[in-house]
Amino acid sequence: MIKVKINGQEQSWDGDPDLPLLWFLRDEAGLTGTKFGCGQALCGACTVIVDKEAVRSCITSINDVAGREVTTIEGLHPNGDHPVQKAWRQVNVPQCGFCQAGQIMQAAALLMENPKPSHDQIREAMAGNICRCGCYQRIENAVHLASTGV
Amino acid sequence: MNFIDKPGKLRGFEKNIRVEKVSRRSILKGLGITGGFVLAAPVMSRQAFAYETGAGKMPHGVVVDPRVFVAVAPDGTVTILAHRAEMGTGVRTSLPLIVAEEMEADWSRVKVQQAHGDEVKFGNQDTDGSRSTRHYLIPMRQIGASARTMLEQAAAKRWGVPATEVKAVNHEVVHSASGRKLGFGELAADAAKQSVPSIEGLKLKDPKDFRYLGKGQIGIVDLHDITTGKARYGADVRLSGMKYAVIARPPVTGGKLVSFDPDAALKVPGVEKVMQVRGWPWPSKFQPLGGVAVIARNTGAAIKGRDALKLTWDDGANGKYDSVAYRKELEEASRKPGLVVRQEGDADAALKGADKVVVGEYYLPHLAHVSMEPPVAVADVKGDKAEIWAPVQSPGGTREDVAKTLGIPEDNVTVNVTLLGGGFGRKSKCDFALEAALLSKELGAPVKVQWTREDDVRHDFLHTVSVERIEAGLDKNGKVIAWRHRSVAPTIASTFAAGANHAAPFELGMGLVDMPFEIANISCENPEAAAFTRIGWFRSVSNIPRAFAVQSMVGEIAQATGRDQKETLLALIGSPRIVKPAVKDLWNYGEPYDSYPIDTARLRKVVELAAEKGEWGRQVPKGHGLGIAVHRSFVSYIATIVEVAVDEKGKLTVPRVDTAIDCGTYVNPERIASQMEGAAIMGLSVAKYGAITFKDGKVEQKNFDDFQVLRMDESPLVTNVYIVPPGPDTLPSGVGEPGVPPFAPALMNAIFAATGKRIRSLPLGKQLEA
Repeated sequence: MIKVKINGQEQSWDGDPDLPLLWFLRDEAGLTGTKFGCGQALCGACTVIVDKEAVRSCITSINDVAGREVTTIEGLHPNGDHPVQKAWRQVNVPQCGFCQAGQIMQAAALLMENPKPSHDQIREAMAGNICRCGCYQRIENAVHLASTGV
Repeated sequence: MNFIDKPGKLRGFEKNIRVEKVSRRSILKGLGITGGFVLAAPVMSRQAFAYETGAGKMPHGVVVDPRVFVAVAPDGTVTILAHRAEMGTGVRTSLPLIVAEEMEADWSRVKVQQAHGDEVKFGNQDTDGSRSTRHYLIPMRQIGASARTMLEQAAAKRWGVPATEVKAVNHEVVHSASGRKLGFGELAADAAKQSVPSIEGLKLKDPKDFRYLGKGQIGIVDLHDITTGKARYGADVRLSGMKYAVIARPPVTGGKLVSFDPDAALKVPGVEKVMQVRGWPWPSKFQPLGGVAVIARNTGAAIKGRDALKLTWDDGANGKYDSVAYRKELEEASRKPGLVVRQEGDADAALKGADKVVVGEYYLPHLAHVSMEPPVAVADVKGDKAEIWAPVQSPGGTREDVAKTLGIPEDNVTVNVTLLGGGFGRKSKCDFALEAALLSKELGAPVKVQWTREDDVRHDFLHTVSVERIEAGLDKNGKVIAWRHRSVAPTIASTFAAGANHAAPFELGMGLVDMPFEIANISCENPEAAAFTRIGWFRSVSNIPRAFAVQSMVGEIAQATGRDQKETLLALIGSPRIVKPAVKDLWNYGEPYDSYPIDTARLRKVVELAAEKGEWGRQVPKGHGLGIAVHRSFVSYIATIVEVAVDEKGKLTVPRVDTAIDCGTYVNPERIASQMEGAAIMGLSVAKYGAITFKDGKVEQKNFDDFQVLRMDESPLVTNVYIVPPGPDTLPSGVGEPGVPPFAPALMNAIFAATGKRIRSLPLGKQLEA
C-alpha cells in the first residue's frame, strides 16, 4: 500500500506501483486540474509540486512520491488567490487554458526558489512548459508581476 | 407569435433563419434553469440587416430568438447561451457579451451556459473559419435588443407610463421622470408576457453608449476556473462506471489490422479488456481508422497495456508514401503547366518578353496541430441513445456523424461541448468522438477514449504539403508586368472523396486566386497532386503556404530591383481599389463579395500602420534585419513586421514583432491582441520547426521532441499589436486564424535582410547554421 499526501490529504494506492502520478491524480483521485499533454515530460502540462519542487507527474510514478507531499493546482491556494494565480488573471494570460495549471505550478515553484527572477530567468525556467496558443509574452509578464507584488 | 414579421423585407439571413416552435417549458429545460422566466420575443431589426454575410448559407443558418439564448431568473441572474465552441479565442465570452451589451445587463450578473450540439435549435455551430463574430455580431445584438425591449415594456405597463419614457440601464429599468426603478429579475415574469414589438420598434443601441463592446476590459468567463484547475475540458469528464480506453491504430493511413495478441496486455494490472475497433476504408471523411482498444480502470494502465499488445498490420497502398520522393514530384509538377484557375492578360507572353524574371519555388511540409489537449472523448451509449462529452469545434456535425455511425436517429444523440484545450482545426473532425461512441456501445458502459501525444502526431488530419512556384516578370524599370503562380498540394477534398487531385474552390481562394496585386498579366495554376494521408484544416489553412510564397516573392523582387521591401509591396498592391479577380465563382470565405470585397485601401492601410508603429526603416544592430509581409485572409487584413537577430553561429532570435490588423468592427480588442500574439508564436513555430514527414507510409515524428513547437525561451521578446479603428459601417471579419500567414514570410524577409540568405524551404531548421 502506497501512501501519499495530496493537497494535505492522505491518499493510498494498492494498484500498480509504476502507475504515473498523473493518472493516479486524474483518474483515481479525481483531481483533473493536472493535465495530460505528452506523457514524456516534454510539455509541462502535468506539472505538480512535490515537496517544494516542480515535477512532471506524467513520468513520476506513484511509488516515487510515497510518503511525500504533492501539491496540485487544486491545492495551491484555498481560494485560488496565490500571487501567481492572481497575476495570471490580472494579465489575462490564458487563451484555451489547458496548459495553464502546469504553467502556474511551474511559476509557483520558480518563485519559491527565486522570489525575484529576471526576465531571462523566467524565460529559461518556464521553457519546459509549452503553450500552443502562444501566451508566452503574458506568462512572462504575469510571473514578473507575481514576483513584484500583485 | 414567434415568427418573423414580414420576412420578405429582410435581406440576407432570412431564408435560413429558423424560429422554432418551442414551448416555454422546453426552453426552460433547455437552459437548465428552474423557476426562471424566459423572454419571448423573436424580433429582428430590418435596419440591422442592411448588409449580408454568409451566415445564412451555413448549414442550419442563424437562429435569432431570445427565448433560445436568454433567460432571466427572479433573482435577476441573466443566463446567456454560448452556442459556439471555446478553444481559446474568447468566443464563449464575446458572443454573450454582445447580448448583455444590447440588453443593458450587468455583466457581473450574467452566467454563460454552453449549448449542446443542436443546430436546428441554435443555428450553425461550426466554430471554424474565423467567423463567429462575423456571423453573430448582429444576431446577438438583436437578441439582446429584443430582450431589453420586452423588459422596458413590462416596466412601462406596470407603472402605467408610455414605454418611450422608460429605459433599461444596467440591469434595471428606470422611469427618470418619477425616479422609479425595477430590476430585471422583478420584471422577468411580466416581460415574458409582453407582445412582440414591431421590427420598426426595435432599436439597437448607439455604439457610443456601449459599455463593453470594443472596450476590452472584460476578462474571459473561464478565467478563474482556468487558473484554479476547475475548468472542464474533454479529458476532465468523469462518469460513474466509466472505463478508460486507448487505441492502437493502423500506422499507415488506410492500413488494416491483420492480427493481434492481447495476452501480454491483459496481464498488465488495471487492464480489463482488449477489443477490436471498427475502422473505415480511407478516405471516409471523419470516420475512425479502426484498430485495437485496450480498456482499463485508468488511462495509465490502458497505455501500458497498449504498449504490450502484439499487432500485425497490412499497410496497404499508402505504405509507399515517402516525403523526400513526394517533394520531388511536387516540384516537378510545379515546373509544368497545370489547371488554370485565374487568368488575366497573357502571363506566358509577358514572361517571355520580360527584362528580368524572378523565380521562387517555396516548400512547406505537412504540419500537425498538436493542440495541448490531445483528442479525447467520453461516450455513454445505452440502447438507441447516445450521449457524448467532447471538445469538438463542430457539435452539430458530431451529432450527425455519431447518429450515422451508430445507426440511430439524430434526436437520440446528445453532444455536450466541453472547453477545448486548443483546436486549430483538428477538433473540427470528430473521429475521436465516434471511436468513443463505438466502444461504449460495444462495452455497454461509459468510456473515455484518450489519444496520447504520439497518437495525435501520427494520426492527425494534417496540414497539406505544398510547393508554390512563382515567376514574376519585370520590365526594364523594375515594374512587375507578369505573375505566374503554380500551387501544388494535396487537397482537403481527398479526405472526403477518393481521387480528388485538385484544390477545392475554398483552397484556391486562400491566397492563390485572390492575390491582390495590380499586375496586367496574371496566371494562377493548380497542377494535380494526389494525397496519401488524411489532409485537413489547420489554422488559416492554405493561406500559410500561399502567403509564405507570395510575400517572400515580394522580398525577392525588392532584392532584384534594389528597392525597399515596403515600397515594393505597396507598389505591387497598387492603387486603392476593389480587386475583381477574373475567377468564376470566387470563393470569399463564404461571404458575399459585395459585403467583403478585396479592398486594397485596407491592405495598404495595415502596411502603413505596421510600418509607422513598427518603425519600419529604423536602424538595427549588426546581424539584425527587418522583414515585412501583409496578407488578407478570413476577410481581415494583417501586416506583420519582424525584427530578427542571427548570430555568427546561425542561431536566431526575434527581438520584436509588430502586427497591424484590420478586422472591421470588433467586440473585444484585448482578445484580438492575444490572438495576434499567439499567431506570432505559431507562425514562428511553423517557420522554425514545423515538419511532419513520412517514410514507408508512416509519420516519422511522435511527440514534442521531434515535432517541436516554440517554447518561451525562444519566443519573440515583444509582440506589439495595433488594431485599425473601424469606420461606422465596417463589417466585422475574423481574428482567430488570419494572424498566422504573414508571419513566416515576414521572418524570411527579415532573415534575408540580416544575412543575405533567402530561405525558400520551410522549416528553417539548421539552414542558417554553418
